[in-house]
Amino acid sequence: MIDKTSTSILNAIAQIKDGSTVMIGGFGTAGQPAELIDALIDHGARDLTVVNNNAGNGDYGLAALLKAGRVKKIICSFPRQSDSYEFDRLYHAKKIELELVPQGNLAARIQAAGAGLGAIFTPTGYGTLLAEGKETRHINGKDYVLEFPIYADFALIKAYQGDRWGNLVYRKSARNFGPIMATAATCTIAQVNEVVPLGQLDPEHIITPGIFVQHVVALSDIREGKAI
Amino acid sequence: MTNQLTYQRLSRDQIAQRVARDIPEGAYVNLGIGLPTKIANYLDKEKEIFLHSENGVLGMGPAPSPEERDPELINAGKEFITLLTGGCFFHHGDSFTMMRGGHIDLCVLGAFQVAANGDLANWHTGEVDAIPAVGGAMDLAIGAKKVFVTMEHLTKTGESKIVNQCTYPLTGIGCVDRIYSDLAVIDVTADGLLVREMVVGMTFEMLQALTSAELIDATTR
Repeated sequence: MIDKTSTSILNAIAQIKDGSTVMIGGFGTAGQPAELIDALIDHGARDLTVVNNNAGNGDYGLAALLKAGRVKKIICSFPRQSDSYEFDRLYHAKKIELELVPQGNLAARIQAAGAGLGAIFTPTGYGTLLAEGKETRHINGKDYVLEFPIYADFALIKAYQGDRWGNLVYRKSARNFGPIMATAATCTIAQVNEVVPLGQLDPEHIITPGIFVQHVVALSDIREGKAI
Repeated sequence: MTNQLTYQRLSRDQIAQRVARDIPEGAYVNLGIGLPTKIANYLDKEKEIFLHSENGVLGMGPAPSPEERDPELINAGKEFITLLTGGCFFHHGDSFTMMRGGHIDLCVLGAFQVAANGDLANWHTGEVDAIPAVGGAMDLAIGAKKVFVTMEHLTKTGESKIVNQCTYPLTGIGCVDRIYSDLAVIDVTADGLLVREMVVGMTFEMLQALTSAELIDATTR
């Protein structure tokens, strides 16, 4: 019997090694898997490359990981926010590397990795600072920039419900990067508000098919420390 | 500035109100952060207009009451929103397919500068110390069918934001279709910058004197 919910959060997170590339879902705090990130901080892996749309809010989740000094490089579209003080401090102290990517290129590069594409030509960013030094091509009257896939060793994402085969559904605008990041990582760990019995999720409504997910951890288990 | 105060500048809310009048029923629209977000407050309630938010929402509704706030229902500016009946959610890949793929009819963005050829600069002042952040601006600029810009006509120090060539880093090349400033409505065309409307008390000569790029008076046509 396959049960992707059986691995403890500790064992799932313990696979993350120093120097790993880790995608972290979320747009601001919506969809951010804060409990998985807390487990990653406890686990202690360092020199991480993190892929997220932002660069942390307040002292929550990703910001706490940054504060703990575990992130060597961040790949994101919008690091500067009113409450991104942990990132701001590291950036000004030159203690973190930033790769700034237009948000749609970030999504497309993640999708390219998941889909097994070698590269993509995107119109976004053509003629701007963010395309400097990159190969371009004129196709059917329009200019494009060559961009390469972003792969990850791990994706940490937050979903609403999941089952033991790893099928996931999300909640409202917390879906954001979760489904595409799940496709681009060697190992995807999803925290879910609720694990439901196999068959309870309507097959017509499953957003992330279980093939993209290796571990499902229930938030209630994380909070009560059962899985740990 | 000579001639000052003989004209009445539009407030930011009045600019938003002016843009709202030009958004037709059935349009799929993305409103940028800041002033463009205010446009939603002035859309004709009788018209069905689809507001898109880059973080995976179509059919965005007005702000919720404090007790209805849901941290998992937010817009691109990370403000609380509601979902209209018939609205839907999707992931970032689909959301930027809508934006980059030419499915969004109209986006409204703020700007630091717009050039006479439609170049847009709105993401970075180029200051060495500034932390750069781009978000979805570059995708919208080149992907939406029409790009409207809302901005003050002049900087705080009185320099024209409509320029011959942008000095700030670009967001997109030749992408702006129309500018709604606090002084005028200007179409960006292959023939040049066509002034369609001016605020009360403004003359074309005064507007041109305040604008560093060449304008064409199209108000009487």
